[in-house]
Amino acid sequence: MATKVVMEALSPTMEEGRLVKWLKNEGDKISSGETLAEVETDKAVMELVARGDGVLRKRLLAEGETAPIGQLVAVIAAPDENIDALVAGGGAAPPAKEAKPAEEVVAKTRETAAASPVPRAPEQAQGEASTPPQQKVPAYRVGSAAPKAPTPPSPEPQTEQPRQGGNGEGRMRSSPLARRLAHERGLNLDGVRGSGPGGRIVKRDIEAAVAGGGAQPRAAAPAAPARAREGDFADVPLTQMRKTIARRLAESIGPVPTFYLTAELDMERVVEMRTAMAEMGDEFKVSVNDIVMKAVATALSLHPEVNAHWLGDRIRQFNRVHLGMAVAVEDGLITPVVFDADRKRMSEISREARELAKRARERRLKPEEYMGATFSVSNLGMFGIEHFTAIINPPEAGILAIGAVERKPVDVNGDLVTRQRMRVTMSCDHRVIDGATGARFLQTLRRMLENPLMLVY
Amino acid sequence: MPVITYRDALNQALREEMQRDDRVFLMGEEVGVYQGAYKVSKGMLQEFGEMRIVDTPITELGFAGVGVGAAMVGLRPIIEFMTWNFALLAIDQVVNAAAKMLYMSGGQYPMAMVFRGPNGAALQLSAQHSQAWESWLSHIPGLKVVAPGTPYDAKGLLKSAVRDDNPVIVLEGEMLYNTKGDVPENEEVIVPIGKAEVKREGSDVSLITYGKMVLVAQQAAEQLAKENVSAEIVDLRTLRPMDVDAIAASVAKTNRAVVIEEGWSVAGVGAQIADFVQRECFDDLDAPVLRVHQEEVPMPYAKNLERAAKPDAKKTVAAAKRVLYLE
Repeated sequence: MATKVVMEALSPTMEEGRLVKWLKNEGDKISSGETLAEVETDKAVMELVARGDGVLRKRLLAEGETAPIGQLVAVIAAPDENIDALVAGGGAAPPAKEAKPAEEVVAKTRETAAASPVPRAPEQAQGEASTPPQQKVPAYRVGSAAPKAPTPPSPEPQTEQPRQGGNGEGRMRSSPLARRLAHERGLNLDGVRGSGPGGRIVKRDIEAAVAGGGAQPRAAAPAAPARAREGDFADVPLTQMRKTIARRLAESIGPVPTFYLTAELDMERVVEMRTAMAEMGDEFKVSVNDIVMKAVATALSLHPEVNAHWLGDRIRQFNRVHLGMAVAVEDGLITPVVFDADRKRMSEISREARELAKRARERRLKPEEYMGATFSVSNLGMFGIEHFTAIINPPEAGILAIGAVERKPVDVNGDLVTRQRMRVTMSCDHRVIDGATGARFLQTLRRMLENPLMLVY
Repeated sequence: MPVITYRDALNQALREEMQRDDRVFLMGEEVGVYQGAYKVSKGMLQEFGEMRIVDTPITELGFAGVGVGAAMVGLRPIIEFMTWNFALLAIDQVVNAAAKMLYMSGGQYPMAMVFRGPNGAALQLSAQHSQAWESWLSHIPGLKVVAPGTPYDAKGLLKSAVRDDNPVIVLEGEMLYNTKGDVPENEEVIVPIGKAEVKREGSDVSLITYGKMVLVAQQAAEQLAKENVSAEIVDLRTLRPMDVDAIAASVAKTNRAVVIEEGWSVAGVGAQIADFVQRECFDDLDAPVLRVHQEEVPMPYAKNLERAAKPDAKKTVAAAKRVLYLE
């Protein structure tokens, strides 16, 4: 039995994929689950995995070429199996091609019934009726149980066999309700198995997936931290005042009414601490950014009102801190996430941040690694940027822009001295965060960074 | 509460309205001396006399037209057709005269009248006398169309029809006349036109129907209940204007709809309902809307074939299971 290898949706927003590299050659023996190729999506380079056993008989897409989701890119089959038909019909997008004959059948049936003035046997005419037809099953109905039609007073023999349509591949079928429910519950339909006619995903499949956690996000990986669970957050209903603030401010400044809070922090002790740690040995080396991330995460855990999402009809305050960090990549930027950053040791944050940044630049992040942040930071200090404002990544309510640490003259108790200083600017979604709320968060952050021993408390 | 027949409920409605308003009169074949072909007007000739209970010759077009004329001068006639199959002869008066009069006269001629009679199949009356005309009649702007399925609704809707200032079609049923139900005695029974009623609450599938098919839906719901399927019955009661809000509310709850109608499927009332549901309830649907209806044949005379051609509980159960993906 041949297995078609099609371009799969490897990220939620992917529409087409570029085949970066084949990892298997024609003639290679393949087992289900093996990686066949690397595919670049709109966000990352992902693995295209075999869904069946056999031999990789034919590769239909060259390295560097792009194919839309659903297009046949290879065929896995037994060594002696005839795959000519598969290969020949492969290139075009399949669903449109197969839907047509089905429509024609229905249309023809309609004509016959409508044009006929003489009494017709019910089953003959049923093609036009919405009660399911008994023998003429259009392709889109294959898989549905053709119900027993009432015993019809029919003089005409049954002639046509049920049509077999290639419903196996092509677009995924799902009921409108199933799509709505999946959307509401943040479920990716790709991982849900459809139990309706023709594999249609219906309500009960969504319920089963939600109940059993059966709906895998694309690449089965440690996605768990990203997914918000009961107890991880508290939904705060909107008060009238909050609603009014949200509406008025959004009207005033665009979809996300943002304001900015800038603070200059004394980083003398952070720099001291970092130097002291580095002197203890290479394994204790952390960057200023690591320390700032640790401090931001700890401060966020104390300020759930800032560690929050705007959900349109409510504000979601998180009890866990998943810290997004903007990483510049060759032609853009992406924000990988350090999950539970407040509970991680500085060394863990440091290692993870480095690893995530590296893979981001290689475009090898998995979707679950860049989704699910509760708050984000963006650091341009290494470019010598003293101060900037970052743009909020909705539905997050805030992002902290971190500038360079620079030695500057400051007044300390009347003496003009130079100190290590750093400016941070928090962009706040005013629908969620008010000026004073943001200021209190920055106050906490200041205390932590100016007294980094608090981080070990 | 007294349990009375659908026939007696109609009789009560007619008498009460004629007692209340002396502009109301009843006209049709056999309504007087014979006491009504189906005895709906039993005792009324004695009570109201020949001026208000008018026997006519077998001339549907003629007496429907006389009714239209009477309405134009301010009377409130009730025209009884022995069956709606015979009313085809009068369709010009119904559609071209009654339904258009208010519109084309700019409201100068009143047109408060009722056309009523049994609709759809009874038993073995064969092809010409077993037809359901609701989709024809519901098609016409200017008409209101009601199809009560219970004695209470029959009384309440007929009274509303008599009081309405527009021409109203009342679709009764030969097989309904002997059915029984609660109808309160010492209170005014009025069922507003254009208002559906949920006859049975359920959570899994909406059986949307009206008239005689309410009984079919009830049987189907009983059978489904035995298989742990909770069916909700939405009895539309009025087909024009249709209570689409009630349909939407039910589909939002159950996510599935089966429409049961007595007539054929092509351009049927169920097609109209399915159109509404797919358009306005799209995101609530977990399955396509299915329809149960008469098979696309002239009604056969033979008993077994007639049974096979009619919509019934078995077909309804099968359709309900399909939209529930149980088959």
